[in-house]
Amino acid sequence: MTKSHVTRRGILKSGTVAGAGLAVPTIFSATDASAFTNEPTGDSVVLGFNVPQTGPYADEGADELRAYELAVEHLNGEGDGGMMSTFSSKALSGNGILGKKVTYVTGDTQTKSDAARASAKSMIEKDGAIMITGGSSSGVAVAVQALCQEAGIIFMAGLTHSNDTTGKDKRANGFRHFFNSYMSGAALAPVLSAAYGNDRKAYHLTADYNWGYTTEEAITSSTEALGWETVNAVKTPLTETDFSAYIAPVLQSGADVLVLNHYGGNMVNSLTNAVQFGLRDKQVNGKNFEVVVPLYSRLMAKGAGANVKGIFGSTNWHWSLSDAGSQAFVKSFGTKYGFPPSQAAHTCYVQAILYADAVQRAGSFNPCAVVEALEGFEFDGMGNGPTLYRADDHQCFKDVLVVKGKENPSSEFDLLEIVEVTPVDQVIYPPDHPQFAGGALGTCNPGA
Amino acid sequence: MDAIILQIMNGLDKGSAYALIALGLTLIFGTLGVVNFAHGALFMIGAFCAVTLSRLLTLSHEVIDETRTDFLGNPLKVDVPYLYDFFGTDVGNVLIDWSVPLSIIFAFPIMIAFGVIMERGLIKHFYKRPHADQILVTFGLAIVLQEVIKYFFGANPIPTPAPAAFVGSFDFGALLGFNANQIIYPYWRLVYFLFAIIVIGVVFAFLHLTTFGMVVRAGMADRETVGLLGINIDRRFTIMFGLAAAVAGLAGVMYTPINSPNYHMGMDFLVLSFVVVVVGGMGSLSGAVLAGFLLGILQSFASMAIVIEMIPGINQVIIYLVAIIILLTRPRGLMGKKGVMEE
Repeated sequence: MTKSHVTRRGILKSGTVAGAGLAVPTIFSATDASAFTNEPTGDSVVLGFNVPQTGPYADEGADELRAYELAVEHLNGEGDGGMMSTFSSKALSGNGILGKKVTYVTGDTQTKSDAARASAKSMIEKDGAIMITGGSSSGVAVAVQALCQEAGIIFMAGLTHSNDTTGKDKRANGFRHFFNSYMSGAALAPVLSAAYGNDRKAYHLTADYNWGYTTEEAITSSTEALGWETVNAVKTPLTETDFSAYIAPVLQSGADVLVLNHYGGNMVNSLTNAVQFGLRDKQVNGKNFEVVVPLYSRLMAKGAGANVKGIFGSTNWHWSLSDAGSQAFVKSFGTKYGFPPSQAAHTCYVQAILYADAVQRAGSFNPCAVVEALEGFEFDGMGNGPTLYRADDHQCFKDVLVVKGKENPSSEFDLLEIVEVTPVDQVIYPPDHPQFAGGALGTCNPGA
Repeated sequence: MDAIILQIMNGLDKGSAYALIALGLTLIFGTLGVVNFAHGALFMIGAFCAVTLSRLLTLSHEVIDETRTDFLGNPLKVDVPYLYDFFGTDVGNVLIDWSVPLSIIFAFPIMIAFGVIMERGLIKHFYKRPHADQILVTFGLAIVLQEVIKYFFGANPIPTPAPAAFVGSFDFGALLGFNANQIIYPYWRLVYFLFAIIVIGVVFAFLHLTTFGMVVRAGMADRETVGLLGINIDRRFTIMFGLAAAVAGLAGVMYTPINSPNYHMGMDFLVLSFVVVVVGGMGSLSGAVLAGFLLGILQSFASMAIVIEMIPGINQVIIYLVAIIILLTRPRGLMGKKGVMEE
C-alpha cells in the first residue's frame, strides 16, 4: 500500500518554488540584456538635462537649456556645428552618438537638492536617460552626483563652483568642467595684489552654506599668502535680502577691502548695498576702499546694474574671448537666440559635447567606458585653451578668467571685461590639496 | 556707541518696510477680518510698477552705430529712448533718472485698483470662511502673482537705481562728533525712512481726521451697529483694502533702489511682516508700526559680527525669539486689543 504525501501545503510550496524557478531566468535575462543602466537599444539615446526651470536661478537654467538644445542640434548634424568644428577631438561626425539620434528630456532642479534628485531620478527611471547634466548650484550638483553614482549613470555637472564637488564629495561617475573656488582664489589674488597692493585688510561677507565656506577659504588663503590680512569673516544667512546691517560695520573694522563671497541674488543685493553705503567712495588706511566679488556671472551682474563697474571677480568663460572655439559658440548661440551665451550656457554645452565625444571614442555608452575615456582626456578648441580632465578627481583644468565690471558697457550683455586670462599652471593644485581633503573618487558604477 | 547708533539707523529703514507692510496687513485684518497672505505680493507688484515705468520711460528705437560692432561683429544697434526725441536728451535723462519717485504717481492708482479688484473679485467670497481658508486662498494668489511677474520679467533681479542725486551716503557720524566714516548712511535709505513716516502719518491722519476714516474705525469696532445706521460699511472697507494695497505697493516702489526687485521679494517680507503684526497686536495699527521699527532695529543688532560671535545664528532667529517672548508675556502683543481673534 502506498501512501500519498501530496498535501495542499505541499502543492503550494512546490508551486511557489517552481514559479520562482521559472521567474529567475526571466529576471536574469532581463538584466543580462542590459549590461548597464538604461543601455540604449533603439535608434535613439536620451540625455537628461536637469536645470533650474523655476526658482531664483530660472534665468540661468533657461540659458543652460538653450545651450543643451544647441548641443543636441549639433550632435545630430543640424545647425552650424558650433564648437564641434573647433574641438580637437574629431570623433563626432554629426550623426548622433554612436549613430543613435540624440533626444533629451528635461527636469527642474528648482535649485533644491531634494527636488533635483527627484527630477534626476525620474529622468533615469521613467525616461531612460543615459546621462544627467546641468544645474546652477553646488548643493544640487553634489546631491545629483551622488544619486547618479548609485544609479550607474554619468553626471556631467553644470555650474558648480564649490571645491567639494570634485573634493570631498567627488564621485567616479561625476565630472566637472566648471572651475572652482580654489581656482578663483589662485587667479584673483595676484591681480588684486597688483591692482591694490600687498598691504590690505580684507573683510569677508560669506553666504552661510557650503559654497560660501570653500570660496572664503580659497580667497583668504590666496590673498593672505600675498600679504593681505583678513580682518573679519562674517557669515550671512542665505535667505538674507538686505545686507545693510552687515555692511555698515565694515568701515569701523579698519578694513579697506570688502570681499563678497555671495552668488546670485545674495551677490546682487550685497553689492548693491555696499555701493549704496558709498564704500567705494571712501578712503581707509590712506587707500581707496575696494570691493571684490570672487565669482561673477554675467546674468547676475546684470541684476546689480551699474554697481559692478570696476569690481574685480573671476569667471569660467566669457563671450568676448577671441579664440576660435568661443567665437564659434557665440556665433552659433547668438544667431539662434539673439544674444550671447552666459558662462553657464558655455559649460553645459561643453559638457554635453564632451560626454558625446567620450562615448564615441569609447565605442560604448557603458558608464565605465565613458569614465575611462574622460579620465586624463586632454582637449582644446572648447573656449578655454588646452584643457585636462584630471583622472584623480574628474576636475577640468584650464585657464581661468579674471574680469572686471566694465565702466562703459555698450549693451546689456557687455557688462564685464577680461582683465587677465590666468594660465592653467597658476590655478592647478595637487589632488591631495588640503582644500579638497576627504572623500574618495571610488570606482565607476555601471548600474544594472 | 557709534556701532549702536549705526545699527539703530539700519534698523529704522528695515523697520520702515516692515511697518508699511504690517500697517496694510493690519488695516485689512482690522476692517475685513481677512488674513491676507497675498500682502507681500502687493509689495512686490508695487516694486514692479516701478520697473514697468522705468521700462516705459526707456522705450527705444534702434539706431545703427557703424563705428562699433555687437557680439556677432555686426554694426551695433544702439537703443535711443523715444523720450530723447520728444523732450530732448537732457529732459529725457532727468525723467529716466527720476523714474522711481515718478513711479509713486504711476503706482498709486494702479495699486488702489488692484486692491479693489482683488477684494471684489476674490477676497469677498471668503469673508465668512475660516481663517485657514483665507490663508490658503491668499497664499495661492500670492504664488500666482509671483509666477505671473516671473513670466513677464524673468527670475533675475532687475536694477532700478535711485536718482543720481540720492546715490551714495552721508557721514552722519561727523555731525555727531565721531571720526570720519564711523557712521555712514545711504541717502536713499534716509529718503525711504522719511517716506515711510509720511505714509504712516497720512494713513493715521486719514483714519482719525476724516469722516470717512472715523466711519471706518467705527466699523472696525462694531461693524453691525454701523451697518444699522444705514452706512454702507462694505464699500468703505473695500476702499480700505485698496488703500492697504496702495500702502504696500508704494512701500515696494520706494524699496526698489535698496534691493533690485525680483519676483520673490514679497515672500521675503511676508512672514516677517506677519510676525510684526502679531507682535504689535492683531488689529492694532499703532502696534504694527511700533513692532515694525522695533523688530527692524533688533534684527540689525543681531546681525552685528560681535553678537553673532557670542550667539551663533542669532541673526536668523532673533525676530521669532522676540515674538515668542512677547507673546508669552503679553499674549495679545504689544498693543493688541481684547477680543481680536479670541473667539
